[in-house]
This record gives sequence, C-alpha cells and structure tokens, in this order.
Amino acid sequence: MAKGDLARAGTRPSSVAWGRDPLGVALLLLAILAVVAASAMALLYAPREATMGDVQRIFYGHVASAWVGFLAFGVACAAGIAYLVRGARRWDALALSSVEVGLAFMAMAVITGSLWARPVWGVFWTWEPRLTITAVQLLVYVAYLMLRASLDGPEQRARYAAVYSVAAFVTVPLSWFAIRWWRTIHPDLLTGGGGMAVTPAMLQTLAASLAAYTLLYVALVRQRLRLEHLQHELERLRGEAEDADAFASSPYA
Amino acid sequence: MSALRKAWALAAKDLLVELHTWEMVSAMLVFAVLALFVFSFALDLHGAVARAAAPGVLWSAVVLSGTLGLSRSMAREQQARCIDGLRLAPMDPAVIWGGKALGALLVMVVVEAVLLPLMVMLFDVPLLRPGVLWVLVLGTLGYAAVGTLVAAMAVNTRAREVLLPVLLLPLAVPVLIAAVRATGALVEGAAPAEVAGWTRLLVAYDLVMVAVCLLTFGYVVEEG
Repeated sequence: MAKGDLARAGTRPSSVAWGRDPLGVALLLLAILAVVAASAMALLYAPREATMGDVQRIFYGHVASAWVGFLAFGVACAAGIAYLVRGARRWDALALSSVEVGLAFMAMAVITGSLWARPVWGVFWTWEPRLTITAVQLLVYVAYLMLRASLDGPEQRARYAAVYSVAAFVTVPLSWFAIRWWRTIHPDLLTGGGGMAVTPAMLQTLAASLAAYTLLYVALVRQRLRLEHLQHELERLRGEAEDADAFASSPYA
Repeated sequence: MSALRKAWALAAKDLLVELHTWEMVSAMLVFAVLALFVFSFALDLHGAVARAAAPGVLWSAVVLSGTLGLSRSMAREQQARCIDGLRLAPMDPAVIWGGKALGALLVMVVVEAVLLPLMVMLFDVPLLRPGVLWVLVLGTLGYAAVGTLVAAMAVNTRAREVLLPVLLLPLAVPVLIAAVRATGALVEGAAPAEVAGWTRLLVAYDLVMVAVCLLTFGYVVEEG
C-alpha cells in the first residue's frame, strides 16, 4: 500500500467528525454573543448598587467565573472517575480540557475578586472564605497540571491525573468548611460591609451571566477537546508515515 | 492472613528498616527542629507571641517534615524495584497502601513525640495535653493517608521529590486549618468538647481520604 493511502485510510473515520467543526464554531460564536449580552446587562440593565456604586457590576462576571471554575473541576473529577472505570482516552481528554478551561475562569474569579475588594474593602486581598477557597482550588489544579507535565506515559499520566482529581475534588467541601469556620471564629470586620440588597433586575443579570459563562465554558471545552483529538491524530499519522517510509526503503517493498 | 495482618506486616517491615538505618526519623527530626528555629528567628518567638504562634509552628514543622518521610518511604520501594515485589505478593493494592500509610504514620508519630516536649521547653507552651495529642494523631492520620497516595504518584514522575509538596499541601489545607485551630484553642485552655467541631472535621477528612485512597491506590501502583 502506498504511503498516501495508509495515511488517508487512517484519518477517514475521525477527521469527518473533528476536521471541520461547524457546530463547535457556531457554539463558540453563540457563547461570545451571550457573554457580550450578559456584560451589557451587567453594565446597562442592572441597577446601580446603593452603597458600592458601579464597582459592584463586576459581581456578575465574578460570580459566574467562580461558578464555572467549580463546575469545571467537578466535571474533571467525574471524567476522571469515568476514565478509571472505563479506561477510554476521551475521558482523560475531557478531564484535561475541563481543568485547563476551569483554571482560566478560576484565575478570572480571583482577579475580579481582588479588583472588587480594593474599592469596597480597601485592600486587594482579604482572607474571606469564598476568595480563599477559590485561590486554594487554583493552586490544587495548577498542581494537577504540573503532575501531568511531569509524567511521560500517556496511560500512566491519565490514571494519575484521574486519581489526583478525585482526591482533590473531595477536599473541596472539607476545605470550604474549614476555611469558613476559621473565618467565623476570627470575624473579619472588613467583610461586614459586603452585603447588598438584591433586586429582581440584579438576579436576572446574574442568571444571564451564569448561563452565558457556562455556555462559553462548554464551547471552549469543545474546542480544547478538538485540539487534543487533532494532536493525537497528528501523532498517529506521523507514526504511520514513518512506518510507511521505513517500509518503502526496506528490501521488502 | 487477613488484610490487616498483611498491612501490619508491611508496616513492620518499614519500621524494621527504619530501626536499622534511622534515615527517615533522623532527617525528619533534624528538619523539624530546624523549622522551629527558622520560625523562631523569622517571627521572633518569645512570651505571648510564641504562645499564639506555637500551634501553627508545630503543624508547619509536622507537615513539612512529613513530606520528607513520605517521599523517602516511597523512594525506598522504588529503588530496588521492591514495589514490583509488593505488587506480585498475593494482596490487594489497598493493603499495600494501608501498610505504607501505617508505616508513615508511625514514623511521623515518633518524630512528633520528640518535637512536642521540645516545643514545650523552647516556647513554654502547654502542648502536652490529652486533647492536643488526640488532635495530633487525627491530623497526622489524614495527612499520612493522602500523603502516601500522592507520594506513590510523585515518585514515578520526572520531578520526583520536588513535586510531592506541591501536590500534597493544597490537599492538606483542611487538616492544617482544623488542626491548628483545635490545637490553639486547647493550648489556650479550652475543654476538648469546645473543639469538637474541629475534631469532627478531622475525623471526616480522615474517613473520606482513607476511602479515596483504598479505592484509587490500585490505579497508582498498576504497571505502566
């Protein structure tokens, strides 16, 4: 068989599904539109908060990013369990994609949290429970990526990453209780002024932000999965091409 | 042999090796004492300041020296491919985890047994109380449990020992907070019942982590 035939025969089944991805592109465009719309709602539609003023508008994006962060890590844990049970590589790809996208959202949540804290509480950082657990989770999943980067065998990497994501995710509620009780025992006066009156328009804006950011998460994970798959495909084709070359130049050809 | 007897045999093997070499206990102990001095110089610990900081210093020393013991304990199995022998032995991987975790726990307890009276002398804090010992055992148990799981993974990575603290410390956040708070309250004279919330959190962490480790350790020692 000629080199080209081999390569084409190998690509056909999967590249139909992943080569061009009109659904993924549509999803991404829709998600971007939704985020723009949700941001417009946060800036124009939601009422001006009485005590904090316009700064409070960061709240919608902030809460939505934190939500997506935790959702992404939950998905990674579920995908990790699925990988351990089923052993199919696509579960590992999903876990990795979800963690990478989740980290971006989590980082955004921590950064917007600090930006919000500065004018309202007067400092960039307080050891407020929600902010603290978000930062702890950020560290956990940076460690997750470092673990992956330090392992060579794809199968072992997938297994270890799955085990670590399970161990990491079960600590979330425990860390949460620990951090909350820790802060309740030493109440932080700065956070006392953080409460706000919520109007229906605010709730609608928050719901829109949550939906838009979740959609963006789904669209990005899909793109990241596609990238992972194409990379895998490329590696496989390279291997096949090398084999074909070796065969063509061998005395058996 | 029952699973518990097998796990104990494995832990006894670790302790026997340790009794001959003392390499884990000595390194951990010297490191822990150095940590006490580093904290003392860095935070200028004396009088009331020392009393307030002591629980945090104690747990930092325990947690940091613990990573030394955990990585050494697993590296030992890796060095002469002992882990292959353990895998071949007729026992569940969960038993290997149980034996290694028990061994690591006992070594950490030995280090703590020296560290505690030393801290009482150095910082004049009443740490030798039944409540504090109970918290110490509960916290060390959970830490050794998850530490053994993570160390078994870290030892197979390219970065090896470097990666263990990075992987382990963020997972140990609940232990660290609960144990430091409970120890602090007990040192201030609180009754054990007053810190029941924290000890319950430690027990919950121990149970959850032991369950996770029993279920997942097999995937970590699998060949490949």
